Amino acid sequence: MVHFKVNGSAQTFDGDPEMPLLWYLRDILGLTGTKFGCGMGLCGACTVLQNGKAIRSCSTPMSKVEGIEVTTIEGISINGPHAVQKAWAEVNVPQCGYCQPGQIMQAVSLLSSKPKPTDEDIDEGMAGNICRCGTYQRIRAAIVTAAKETA
Amino acid sequence: MITTEEVAVEKTPTRRIAIENVSRRSFLQGMLASSAFVLCVGEFPLLAKAARNGASGLGAAGSVGASAFHPSVFVGIHTDGMVYIVAHRSEMGNGVRTSLPRILADELDADWSRVTVVQADGDAVYGSQDTDGSHSVREFFDVLREAGATARLMLVRAAAQQWGVPESQCVADPVHVVSDKSSTRKLGYGELAVLAAKQPVPKKEELKFKPPQEWRYIGKPAPGYDVTDVCSGKPLFGMDVRVDGMLYAAIAHPPVLGGKVKSVDDSATLKVIGVKKTIPIDPFKPPHAFQPLGGVAVIADNTFAAFKGRKNLKIEWDNGGNASYNSAEYKKELLETARQPGKVVYSVGDADAEFAKGGKIIEAEYYAPHLAHASMEPPVAVADVQGEKVTVWSPTQNPQGVQEEVAKALGLKKENVTCHVTFLGGGFGRKSKPDYAVEAAVLSQKTGKPVKVIWSREDDIKFDYFHSVAAMYIKAAVDGSGMPKAWLQRSVFPPIGSTFNQTEVYGSAGEMSLGWDVIPFDVPNFRSENGQAVAHVRIGWLRSVANIYHAFAVQSFANELAYATNRDPYDYLLAMIGSGHVVDGPKGGSPEMAKKYPYDTVRLRRVAELAAAKANWGKKKSGKGSGMGIAVHRSFLTYVATVVEVEVDDQGAFRVPHVYTAVDAGIVANPEMVRSQFEGAAVFGTSIARTGEITATAGVIDQSNFFDYQVARMNDAPRHVDVQIVESTAPPAGVGEPGVPPIAPAICNAIYAATGKRVRELPLTRNGFS
Repeated sequence: MVHFKVNGSAQTFDGDPEMPLLWYLRDILGLTGTKFGCGMGLCGACTVLQNGKAIRSCSTPMSKVEGIEVTTIEGISINGPHAVQKAWAEVNVPQCGYCQPGQIMQAVSLLSSKPKPTDEDIDEGMAGNICRCGTYQRIRAAIVTAAKETA
Repeated sequence: MITTEEVAVEKTPTRRIAIENVSRRSFLQGMLASSAFVLCVGEFPLLAKAARNGASGLGAAGSVGASAFHPSVFVGIHTDGMVYIVAHRSEMGNGVRTSLPRILADELDADWSRVTVVQADGDAVYGSQDTDGSHSVREFFDVLREAGATARLMLVRAAAQQWGVPESQCVADPVHVVSDKSSTRKLGYGELAVLAAKQPVPKKEELKFKPPQEWRYIGKPAPGYDVTDVCSGKPLFGMDVRVDGMLYAAIAHPPVLGGKVKSVDDSATLKVIGVKKTIPIDPFKPPHAFQPLGGVAVIADNTFAAFKGRKNLKIEWDNGGNASYNSAEYKKELLETARQPGKVVYSVGDADAEFAKGGKIIEAEYYAPHLAHASMEPPVAVADVQGEKVTVWSPTQNPQGVQEEVAKALGLKKENVTCHVTFLGGGFGRKSKPDYAVEAAVLSQKTGKPVKVIWSREDDIKFDYFHSVAAMYIKAAVDGSGMPKAWLQRSVFPPIGSTFNQTEVYGSAGEMSLGWDVIPFDVPNFRSENGQAVAHVRIGWLRSVANIYHAFAVQSFANELAYATNRDPYDYLLAMIGSGHVVDGPKGGSPEMAKKYPYDTVRLRRVAELAAAKANWGKKKSGKGSGMGIAVHRSFLTYVATVVEVEVDDQGAFRVPHVYTAVDAGIVANPEMVRSQFEGAAVFGTSIARTGEITATAGVIDQSNFFDYQVARMNDAPRHVDVQIVESTAPPAGVGEPGVPPIAPAICNAIYAATGKRVRELPLTRNGFS
């Protein structure tokens, strides 16, 4: 039995310890904002925060979540849209939108460690998140906007 | 079923539209049912077709009796003033849920903040809902305007009646309100809805369409209607659908197309926590079309258990005839075929006679591999079979295809299949093919429970409907000034038609029209040809389809000619386009289409000039690792020119700091969406150019996930994509796809300018670049 928190609520799990956090969130908790893209930590669609830092939930087994605090896309806007979400809307980032929760979570994590990211910081911070529609230019612009907003 | 003709060949542009007042009809469902005033808008050709076919009702949406009834669009107004507009096309990042309703809202003078967009289920009453071929705006622009103008006039007449004043005294201004010009009286659309519903539907001649300078929304940039929901992680996508009692399924597909299960040992699978059972799925009967591939399904109570259970299956396969497929060998065959005379597609003058005269002859071969769609959301569907009725939830570009194929597979009536269309996490043509929804339906029937079929990324890459591999040969004879006097081009690729008829080895007229039957250059002697190729994998259409390899070859070759004759590539391109002419082509299409959308090279020239000007073409020195490349291409009736700037280091690693694209798509509904589509196309095209390659060994696809099928990421995508939209009064043309074809040749031409290395085979990673 593992104990952990998701978006502030205490949870326990005693199923298959190999189950990735992604499928626990989506299939068991019903938090489907976190997306499945590759299952190997290659695309970032499944990005959530572990104690405030981006992790790939598809490659994080439930055996490893003991004691951690997980924040999903549903958890960052409990008190209204997050600055990053606002910037995303302002720049009209999404096309299909499927990867965007993961992109947003990655950007939240990036901005928490680098409040004023350079272009290179953005490249490095976001390179793990694929957007097949190709919204990268707008993602970059939205991160810059959010950085100004939160400064 | 979709054919390539439907993907590519244009439909009749002039149509007459039928508008019906259906305000109190019992078939209205959901939010429309609570509206006081509802119009449906259909097309006479469809009405006529339905009458011919003896169609007698509304099908799944409810029956209206004997009248054949084919609306494309519904618009409803509730007494609280909310305007409901049905989006019958699929949203996959193309922006249709924003762009289409805004066209109607404009003529209706509706307040966009009081418009609710309602996604249509799959239903033949809508006519084609097939969201591919960059059709949505260009097919529905007139329909939507007429619907909006009709509803507006009925609201105005309702106000005139209520006030007892002439209609001419009433105007729809400000938005969402009818005002009395002679007083300060106003009535909101909600207040007028009940009375408007009682008005007879005006004739088209009575409608007043707004002149373009009065458009509120058309041509004005607007953000996506769903942007807030998307950014909050709302359950919008097919992957997010959850139904009570739902089981989860992963399917072990035959590794080779047409393979069958010889034996299966599922003992280790059944030991996995959460796995319920395994179920065999029958192999398809050729042609494969949209049928499931067959294999073994693992049914579980969550996705992970299904995946883990599948991994533990021990299956012996009978791979069948396609196990002979090796893409390296196949490549040689295609190239060899391209060297031999093929079937003539189109011919002008006498190219052979010109070649026989001798002089300077330039020839080249090009090759582009298979590609996979790799939309971020892999194929997924939920189906719930209850006796004779089926409900499907699916991210699909083709909901009526889902109805048809599910009905066929289960032996039910199409009308008994309801297909709810979710948001699509990318589509790019993959989600026009409903095989995965059929799998869910077959498994739901066998389990008696709702079943969600989830494809992993590996399934998606290995079992795609692949974009065709192609080999092309081009030869030109140039005169003393370096201009081509004769041009021969030959293309060889396994056609999309092979998916529907396994003996099909030639490209359809539709595929040839995608950048091959004609060229926009002023060449007196021209011949295009097509050689045969047998398909060994499922072939399908992928964003811009055959334009990808055809534009790569033609635009690379144009660049080669420029250098071979010591000309600047941009000047040379303009010289070949000439002062402007209408490009003639093979007969057989609709004459009305040719009249409405002539291939006018003046427009091509203009976009080339715009892109070059924006890029400061010629002002920066090429060579020593930096260079610019240009490519022009018309597809889906839209003219595009792209200039790409590259920087290449000594190791061949390259960056794309700038892409300058100029586009003439006629009237554009939403320039914000047009910009997004072309920005995205630059990234999509970069993926194709740099790394896009699917190969096969013994019939098995070699790639499986994003480590070996790489797509552009933030750090290797073009840094800045500049999109110039030409102001135009021409009819709307396509937007979703036309940005893609020029990118790969423009990148390769830029790399030549930077390094002197000519790339004739995609992807660039095969040529020492990365």
